[in-house]
Amino acid sequence: MSTVLDVQSLHKHFGTTHAVNDVSFTLSAGQSLGIVGESGSGKTTTARIVAGLERPDAGKVLVHGVGRDRHRRLARARQIQMVFQDPFLSLDPRLTVAATLKEALRLHFPKADHSERVDELLQQVGLGPREAGARPRQLSGGQRQRVAIARALAVEPQVLVLDEAVAALDVSVQAQILNLLADIREATGVAYLFITHDLGVVRCVTDDVLVMRRGRVVERGPTAAVMAAPSHPYTALLLASLPRPGWDPHAIAAQRKSLD
Amino acid sequence: MTILDISNLTLTLPDTARPVLSNVSLSIGETETVALVGESGSGKTLTARSVIRLLPHGARVTGTVKVAGQDVLTMDARTLTTLRVSTAAMIFQDPRASINPLRRIGDFLTETIRARDKAVEMLARVGLPVSTAAQYPGALSGGMLQRVMIAATLMGDPKLILADEPTTALDVTTQAEVIALLTDLKPSLLFVTHDLGLASAISDRVYVMYAGRIVETGTADDLFSNPRHPYTRALLNSSPRIDGPARRLTAIDGYPPDLRTPLTGCPFAPRCPLATAICTEQEPQPVNHVACHHA
Repeated sequence: MSTVLDVQSLHKHFGTTHAVNDVSFTLSAGQSLGIVGESGSGKTTTARIVAGLERPDAGKVLVHGVGRDRHRRLARARQIQMVFQDPFLSLDPRLTVAATLKEALRLHFPKADHSERVDELLQQVGLGPREAGARPRQLSGGQRQRVAIARALAVEPQVLVLDEAVAALDVSVQAQILNLLADIREATGVAYLFITHDLGVVRCVTDDVLVMRRGRVVERGPTAAVMAAPSHPYTALLLASLPRPGWDPHAIAAQRKSLD
Repeated sequence: MTILDISNLTLTLPDTARPVLSNVSLSIGETETVALVGESGSGKTLTARSVIRLLPHGARVTGTVKVAGQDVLTMDARTLTTLRVSTAAMIFQDPRASINPLRRIGDFLTETIRARDKAVEMLARVGLPVSTAAQYPGALSGGMLQRVMIAATLMGDPKLILADEPTTALDVTTQAEVIALLTDLKPSLLFVTHDLGLASAISDRVYVMYAGRIVETGTADDLFSNPRHPYTRALLNSSPRIDGPARRLTAIDGYPPDLRTPLTGCPFAPRCPLATAICTEQEPQPVNHVACHHA
């Protein structure tokens, strides 16, 4: 598989905090890579640097071996698109769903007629004509997240960065979106960088995983192997923390203290 | 002894086509932990809030809610205040939204009950240093603030704690610490959550809500190993797991019913694989703790 995304030793400081500390990874075409960690681990900052929303203090992000040119914003946006946690905050409340998609397409391809492509995108994410004419507030959370995914897919990016994209959804709807994302990856060959705190979700949608803690990658490997036999004590703690019958919160609290 | 007894609670809000809560019955015994699970809009938060009569403006209620034998819905304002201070205390999801950021933790703790010594004692009980009392909320992490919230609820020695998604905003390892603390206190606890794994891990009994109704209840062991309502089963199947074979999730088609559309029959029927004609015509009544025509 060809390497689409090559991230080389990223560093980012916020004040005295070393938010991202020497993070490197590669992503092949059609691959799905998860980054897991708790709040403050640097996973979202890493995602934002990859998407070009944040500039690293040091390190490089290469797409197909080429650096990301700061002056060609639109071309850059066509390579990597992002889906955020809360589509309420990332969709324009005044625009209908169809208009939202059209706007993204018109920005990138000003001359073409987009009606057909809009229908195709809506169909791809499982939305119909009723939703096409609706504004974000008339839709449910799951439908809004489908719109956000359609908008990200509109320009046919090679990489989709999903930052906690299913975290705000109820389980029954979350399952629909996770299945939808799996179908889209199979159909289009887009690669995913999946940022999440939820290990169940990671297991469901990623091939490989990075575990981050305090800005550093503490463990990496194929998702199944990392889940079955974590080698870093922090990964083991994260796995043990997931509540289930017979779960012992006291043991986890003690284990967490011993890690510090 | 029964600490909380909700019986046939129905709650209607203006401009909605159906009751937000419909015939909800729920009880909690002494030192019992009861989980109330459901998705957003299922009515689980409103059910918890009705226990201390913290209801939205314009709400009309029928049925009874008894805390330690007293009817909450009919009591006068003074008795209600006493109840909220010393009998039933609530912990909310986001501690940052519930604590005044401009006042020190010590002032927050002694806001309802003016007892400095007790506040210090409660801070120690939730594992925070005494110096926390002099700090502002902005200086504390989410996990520490939720401990402060728990300390605040303990100030009045409540008989019942209502916890509404108390750990949803926290990281998993912090969640474990807060849960460890809550279970150490051994209160009578109503734990509202959307997390089935968490409900199964900490509760004695579980109530599952859908569209404002209780659709199934049972002991945590029974309900999770042998779910009888198709909604409970579907919820369990659609949760990503970390054990067992990795496979495609079984999603539930469609969306939960909207408050703007009236409901006839079983609220889950449009999404249910077992639904037949009777399901859309007649609302199922709970039989052996399951409200389903086909259970």
